[in-house]
Amino acid sequence: METFIFLIFAALAVASSLVVVMHRSPVYATMSLVVTLFSVAVLFVLLGAPFLGTLQILIYAGAIVVLFLFVIMLLNLQKEGEAAGRRRGQLWVALPGALIFIGMVGLVFWRAGAPDLQPLTEDLVSLKGLATALFTDYLLPFEIVGLLLLVAVIGATVAARKAPDAADDSGVLPREDFVTEETARKEARP
Amino acid sequence: MNPGLVATLLKYAVMFGVFINVAPIMNWVERRACAYIQDRPGPNRVGPLGLFQPLADAAKFMFKEDVTPAAADKLLYLMAPVLALLPAFTTFVIIPFGPDLTVSGRTIPLVVAPVDTGVLLFLALSSLAVYSLVLAGYASNNKFSLIGGIRASAQLISYELALTLSVLAVLLPVNSFRLSDIVAYQQAHVWNFIPQILGFFVFLVASFAETNRLPFDLPEAESELIAGFHTEYSAMRFAAFFQAEYTNMAALAALGVTLFFGGWSLPGVHIGGWLGAIVGLVTLIAKIGICMAVFVWVRWTFPRFRYDQLMRLGWKVLLPLSILNLIVVAAMTLAGWL
Repeated sequence: METFIFLIFAALAVASSLVVVMHRSPVYATMSLVVTLFSVAVLFVLLGAPFLGTLQILIYAGAIVVLFLFVIMLLNLQKEGEAAGRRRGQLWVALPGALIFIGMVGLVFWRAGAPDLQPLTEDLVSLKGLATALFTDYLLPFEIVGLLLLVAVIGATVAARKAPDAADDSGVLPREDFVTEETARKEARP
Repeated sequence: MNPGLVATLLKYAVMFGVFINVAPIMNWVERRACAYIQDRPGPNRVGPLGLFQPLADAAKFMFKEDVTPAAADKLLYLMAPVLALLPAFTTFVIIPFGPDLTVSGRTIPLVVAPVDTGVLLFLALSSLAVYSLVLAGYASNNKFSLIGGIRASAQLISYELALTLSVLAVLLPVNSFRLSDIVAYQQAHVWNFIPQILGFFVFLVASFAETNRLPFDLPEAESELIAGFHTEYSAMRFAAFFQAEYTNMAALAALGVTLFFGGWSLPGVHIGGWLGAIVGLVTLIAKIGICMAVFVWVRWTFPRFRYDQLMRLGWKVLLPLSILNLIVVAAMTLAGWL
């Protein structure tokens, strides 16, 4: 039964991630990304890490990809035209990326043969285990990641903000523009 | 067949039976209550008190023409209503509806999926509900639908934060993600809404926004967007959205009741066995019913927010409040007051 579920979702993950990179419509690509993330979450659960699987759905599928979709719809991105060919620098960016990926996969297979690799235990993947590891052994990296995210958030806010003297950011007419009884009376006066 | 699987299927059948009937019942309640609030009779012709009106509506939905716009993105257009139903009918699996039941030596927890990640699973599944709205808006190829879809994505993301933070505050003193532990904690202490009244109000407001109910029904604001994301939908596809909306409301009400109002338990009542299970289920249904009545009451009482007001409330009021609530509850838990 578990092998059967694994095969279904592994195949789904691979197929949908192919759709993500190959499909010409950005909306279809994004929705396939959701399927990929969901399938990988199922694989996490099968491997005995339900917490990771749930967080994957909650954060990636439930929030981050929604923002992707939001941007795509807001900018009204259309299907990539047939004419839009390969960008010039694409190959030079893709090549190191592929090399790094191959290296990582190679490392995993190479390390998998080594005898010192232990399977994950219950106390490592359980909520308590994860939290304890995060707040004791890995406290410094955890805090650094938090700081990085904070810097990124502030940076994004500053970059998105208009100049301080520009119109107010609410996008609503200032109150004075509404004709209230009082302003009407003022204007009526000679 | 594996007895554990049979028990799970039976429990799912019970909860499914409860939640599938929410939409037709609420259809009647909503229209009658709205009419009462607006001082008019409402639908009162089909059956006694108009009680058979939902049946007539259902028949109408089935026999209406199902229109797909010519310029629509067919696949996504057909997928969206189905996607709306998926989270609606999966989230309630983690809601406990009674004390543990012992049947021929086996202890059966009365919750469909007694998983460790409990509440997180609920939040994860319900966070997927936004895709149906966004895709419906995009695939209809209609500007009103598109605006509705964009609004839905921004609104749901904004309020999910406050909702999640207010839920996390409830988990702190209990030290568990399981809803059955939260119910047990409330049986031992008091119902959570007393010590966590601030968190409860954040949860309440955020859950109105998460279910797209007035005063936060911006994605389908009929005065400006016709019907928003489901403008182009007709017949059973529209009914699917309708069903999903009410089922989501009921599921969120069930979560709120379980987190803040003791879930299936009543203070001072400790009945075991089959009778306890039935009392638990009836109590849960009654509490959900009260919440649904509040949903209806609020809908026909408050005017709709403007979009910028909605965003301001979400980010500048609810989010800081929920963080404050989390910090206060964490401090109180550390001090041993909870």
